[in-house]
Amino acid sequence: MSEVKKIATRASYGNALVELGKKHDDVVVLDADLAAATQTGVFKKEFPERHIDCGIAECNMVGIGAGLATTGKVPFVSTFAMFAAGRAFEQVRNSVAYPQINLKIGATHGGISVGEDGASHQCNEDFALMRSIPGMTVICPSDDIEAKAAVEAAYEHKGPVYLRFGRLAVPVINDRPDYKFELGKGIVLREGKDLTIVANGLCVAASLEAAEKLAADGIEAKVINIHTIKPLDEDLIVAAAKETGKVVTVEEHSVIGGLGSAVCDCLCAKAPTPVKKIGMQDVFGESGPAVALLEKYQLDAAGIYAQIKEFI
Amino acid sequence: MNKLELQKTANEVRKSIVTAVHAAKAGHPGGSLSAADIFTYLYFEEMNIDPENPKDPDRDRFVLSKGHTAPGLYSVLAERGYFPKEDLKTLRHLGSYLQGHPDMKHIPGVDMSSGSLGQGVSVAVGMALSAKMDGKAYRTYALAGDGEIQEGQIWEAAMFAGHRKLDNLVVIVDNNNLQIDGAIDEVCSPYPIDKKFEAFNFHVINVADGNDMDQLKAAFDEAKATKGQPTAIICKTVKGKGVSFMENQAGWHGKAPNDEQYETAMADLEKVGEALCQK
Repeated sequence: MSEVKKIATRASYGNALVELGKKHDDVVVLDADLAAATQTGVFKKEFPERHIDCGIAECNMVGIGAGLATTGKVPFVSTFAMFAAGRAFEQVRNSVAYPQINLKIGATHGGISVGEDGASHQCNEDFALMRSIPGMTVICPSDDIEAKAAVEAAYEHKGPVYLRFGRLAVPVINDRPDYKFELGKGIVLREGKDLTIVANGLCVAASLEAAEKLAADGIEAKVINIHTIKPLDEDLIVAAAKETGKVVTVEEHSVIGGLGSAVCDCLCAKAPTPVKKIGMQDVFGESGPAVALLEKYQLDAAGIYAQIKEFI
Repeated sequence: MNKLELQKTANEVRKSIVTAVHAAKAGHPGGSLSAADIFTYLYFEEMNIDPENPKDPDRDRFVLSKGHTAPGLYSVLAERGYFPKEDLKTLRHLGSYLQGHPDMKHIPGVDMSSGSLGQGVSVAVGMALSAKMDGKAYRTYALAGDGEIQEGQIWEAAMFAGHRKLDNLVVIVDNNNLQIDGAIDEVCSPYPIDKKFEAFNFHVINVADGNDMDQLKAAFDEAKATKGQPTAIICKTVKGKGVSFMENQAGWHGKAPNDEQYETAMADLEKVGEALCQK
């Protein structure tokens, strides 16, 4: 087997912005002294006059982005998930979402796969925070191809969008001719009748691998990639829950308020089904290599497999 | 407009403020009244705007960073013809488009939603920056409260505006010296306000009487002539200005007058109006 191509979705973000910038003059990119890390630096190189470094002041950056958007520009404000969704939460709520400003948030370094920087920088709460804001679209792509498509879709969508990208290089899993990104539409990646695994971000690839291990045990899992947490593809999830009778959610996020909660919110109202939420179990992360952290917190294929075996 | 016309207009704006807050049985008259002359000068003299075309891309922009003084903004917008004055009586009512704090989605003439203090100057900076990027001539004005500038984001915005030399941006501070919990220098002093803005590379204009139209005109003219720096205009004003029992009273920051107080307030303002008509 040839080596699987791996790219961090933050790199995809930077590259997608460059492509977007070529096509649309109204795209402007804001950063808060992290252009090398968020990878908006590649956009800066191509379009220096449309890249605005706000310095280390994320709340101000969101406000400036909102102001730019009122004049017709389409700003992508970029920083780590911790500071975009966490520090600037209220600016996002009051200066962006409430007035329905057409601004996009490119939040990189989501989840524990930030690695060595440790818990202070590992945002496991951003889905919960952003999902709770009326009118906010929340996306977490699973690989390079999906991340680029998501950036394009975010631009086309009129209204605020939160995009979460990762620091760790992850396998490219969507490299196929029929791949299509539709905002709010989940993608069935594997059929199975025994349970449904709903995942996003880097947990999609790990869940597919876990599903293969389960298959070796005679358990066939349906795997759904829910790249858009909000609006959630409720029809797809309800149908899968009814079909398989059991649902497992997998995300690099707290089990409180994120994808797992969104799926439970949907199913408890429309198709009550036992759900196992795999994610960060209401704990902070810690320093360490990303891969080792994913293993420790059971968000790699082996961990997901083990937790699913326990559940079913 | 000449000075007398501006004064008369500001007095009408004050009547509308008192009427709207009375009808709402809630709201913020003190800071609306202190800034009534600033609102009036901006909307009747300074800004390039057209109530018939409130979304004109080349219009001057205004951000009410101290969003709780929405009654002041709404009153001047109505006076200028953006919407019927009669609607002011629906302020804060269930179903009214005149929300407790400015809502750009539903109110003609409101360039930005605001209310959570400290956020508006950043937005104004974004508007001014956009004009610079596109080579447009419009100017952007933000009105902040003197208590509001205790918020750190104000200074993040000031640092950026100074750094980018946004000379198409004017930040006005309504320095009425009072916030909810008392005098600003007793609660948590932001003084010296002028030196702080200077330190962030603003051109600073101190206006000794921010309720005086001549002084406001001089300040805004100076701001317009200033190149290579954003301008901060620090206006000393009187909280509750024009209503005898509200003047310089922190208690009238966020309280509506009862029926009796409303009559007194309107009588005060009628008197001012009559005196202006004698001129």
